[in-house]
Amino acid sequence: MFARLVYESFRRQKRRKLLAGAAITLGVTVATAMIAVATDIGDKISRELRTIGANLVVTPQDEALDVNIGGVHLQPPSDSAYLSEADLPKIKGIFWHNNITAFAPMLPVNVTVDIPGSSGGKKEVTLLGTYFAKQVSYGKQGFVTGVRKTHSWWRVSGAWPADHSSDLLIGERLARTLPYKVGDEIALSGHSVKIAGILSTGSAEDDQIVAPLALAQAILGKPGAVRRIYVSAITKPEDALARRDPRSLTGPMYDRWYCSPYPQSIAYQLQEAIPHSHAEQIRQVAQNEGAVLTKIEGLFFLVTLAALLASALAVSAAMATAIFERRGEVGLMKALGAGKMAVASIFFAEATLLALIGGVAGFAAGSVLARQIGRTIFDSQISVQPVLLPVVLVIAVLVTILGSATSIRGAVSLDPVYALRGEL
Amino acid sequence: MRPVSPFAQKLSASRATGPHSSMFLRMLVRAAVLRRGRAAAALFAMVVAAAVATAVLNLYADVQAKLRGEFRNYGANIIVASKDGASLPADALARVESLLNGRGIAAPFALVVARASSGQPVVVAGTDFERVRQLDHWWSVTNWPAASHQALIGMRARSAISPQQQPFDLTFSGRTINLTPAGTVQTGAAEDNRIYISLPDFTAWTGILPSTIEVAASGTPEEIATTMRELTQALPSAEVRPVRQIVEGEARVLGKTRATLFAASALIVLTAALCVLSTLMGWVFDRRKDFAMMKALGASGRLLSGFFAAEAASLGAVGSLIGYVVGIGLAAWIGRVNFHASIAPRFSVLPVVMVASIAVTLLAAIIPISLLRRVQPAVILRGE
Repeated sequence: MFARLVYESFRRQKRRKLLAGAAITLGVTVATAMIAVATDIGDKISRELRTIGANLVVTPQDEALDVNIGGVHLQPPSDSAYLSEADLPKIKGIFWHNNITAFAPMLPVNVTVDIPGSSGGKKEVTLLGTYFAKQVSYGKQGFVTGVRKTHSWWRVSGAWPADHSSDLLIGERLARTLPYKVGDEIALSGHSVKIAGILSTGSAEDDQIVAPLALAQAILGKPGAVRRIYVSAITKPEDALARRDPRSLTGPMYDRWYCSPYPQSIAYQLQEAIPHSHAEQIRQVAQNEGAVLTKIEGLFFLVTLAALLASALAVSAAMATAIFERRGEVGLMKALGAGKMAVASIFFAEATLLALIGGVAGFAAGSVLARQIGRTIFDSQISVQPVLLPVVLVIAVLVTILGSATSIRGAVSLDPVYALRGEL
Repeated sequence: MRPVSPFAQKLSASRATGPHSSMFLRMLVRAAVLRRGRAAAALFAMVVAAAVATAVLNLYADVQAKLRGEFRNYGANIIVASKDGASLPADALARVESLLNGRGIAAPFALVVARASSGQPVVVAGTDFERVRQLDHWWSVTNWPAASHQALIGMRARSAISPQQQPFDLTFSGRTINLTPAGTVQTGAAEDNRIYISLPDFTAWTGILPSTIEVAASGTPEEIATTMRELTQALPSAEVRPVRQIVEGEARVLGKTRATLFAASALIVLTAALCVLSTLMGWVFDRRKDFAMMKALGASGRLLSGFFAAEAASLGAVGSLIGYVVGIGLAAWIGRVNFHASIAPRFSVLPVVMVASIAVTLLAAIIPISLLRRVQPAVILRGE
């Protein structure tokens, strides 16, 4: 009888059920989309912040003091220690390898450029060997990495050189002092190379030559040598645990530290992966990133609360209206001998059913909406975790029942005579 | 059609056109007082909707300025450098600071390569520690130098120059300076290889003036571009360039955050509007008996629409006013909690919220009224 009452109520009052159901669906849609966006925004903004540059740097453990002003290396670092290029792919083998968006090795070499025309024309410049967009593989996994990803603010007029060629880029300030143009062949410490483009970075590289790593190694005469590696990683804002020294941590605390993508723990893992290396966070990038991320995440957490409040209110308002319109029915049921409990349980059952249907529909619509927001704003997916579905359903049922409780109480305590006569 | 006497026709016509303001007002007030519960519920929905909309719009307008402040912690976004390694004019810093006029921080840097007594070359920088402290928040410094002839040593330079924190000598073009380490600096970048001393010590020792001024200018991208143009004019001998990764990264992150917040605000405002719409429509619909009674007593359709519209509009106006105040409070609270800075109330939001609220309430009143107008009062009064 109970089930039939509920069923008939849904069958016969399609319009009213549709209205209340639409309100619940809309509320759950907004809530789902906002929760999905708020949980993912940190990751998305972190990716955008990678435009500011790498946040970690790996150097040889016993590196000599770097004597360098404005990108000009005043002491040839030939006697210094080097990292091995063969170890680079191991960066993609660390625990947080999915958080490593890109890396770029660097090898500065001092070279002389011939300047024809002027008397005894030779100029000492720094040549920086690196990857531009190199195909690297670790195990079965292949990926493309290099400065085009880690230093996305570099601009080239002309073409980017290929990593296996002996083409190179000339910094724009340096280019103004040289009588060469794009496409020219030049002699560089005995190597004949071609200028592929002019590089503009707004910093030290404007006075340098940037070339494929293999060319720099050939000029230096040290195949496989790398001076430092810049690593871009997606990290989590650091907290008290992040700043602890891993050697002082034990057991589960150490595991938690190791398995959180803090700049410190990723640096630690890089150091483990690359022999004889020292990895450190670039504080200007890493520290401020944490601050910016915390602010944006906090903002969206609070905005999500506002969205949840607005959708809860919309759901309860719709439910209140729906129940208020059914006073006549309540009067009839009570006149036929139904108790308060019986009437209330019918309403609550209907509300729960409506919340579940609206919740599932809203979850689906919210997932689509979140995906759409991700695609239009961040050019990448915002995925809704399936675990969110039960959470959203429970919230929807709770809000619907709480929202209709006052109206249901008002409806069941009506005198059937007045209710049937339509007087409140 | 029910018969209508010419007198009643005349009366209703005069009611529709002539102002019976006292009666009209009394009806408005009594309608709200008699059905306190329902009126309060509708007002509550209106207030919450207006408050949430106000808070979100206020945040949306202010969030960019707040986040720009966060980005200034990245340090300089403009570099003023001398051309070809010369020094900047002696009054360069003063000129830059008078141009900034409090809208930013500038720190001068002078660099040379000196030799330690072991023969190890090292880069020594002269700077103003007070300014660097404000400009480069990310420097991890154990102890800032306070006195003359004290040095701040980079982490890497320390192990090469003064591993036991002992005083050391540095020589530059035949002149020697004796320095005491005050503390170490760690940044993970070039600073770790350098030794920093105060600018007066540096100039007295080497006779060299700063060659670079790092400027963190605050403001919108247009304001920063203007600052750069003015700097170029004020210091024709220097090169003024933006720190491109900071400027571009900031623009990207701010743009994306603002777009996401816009989408969120649109969703929230839409939900709030629909909530008000459904509540008010229910309220007006419940009062179909009042409507039928007034119509039976001879009120014209126009008068009735006017009455319900006025009721809805006043609810919208009162609700949005209270909601605006609550929303300003909400935005201020979010500003305090999240940005540790208050969010200034924007009065330009008030008319927007108010007009939108009144529009929504009017819509919520007019839809049921236009439905009811087609129905005979007798049918409604019989309760069908």
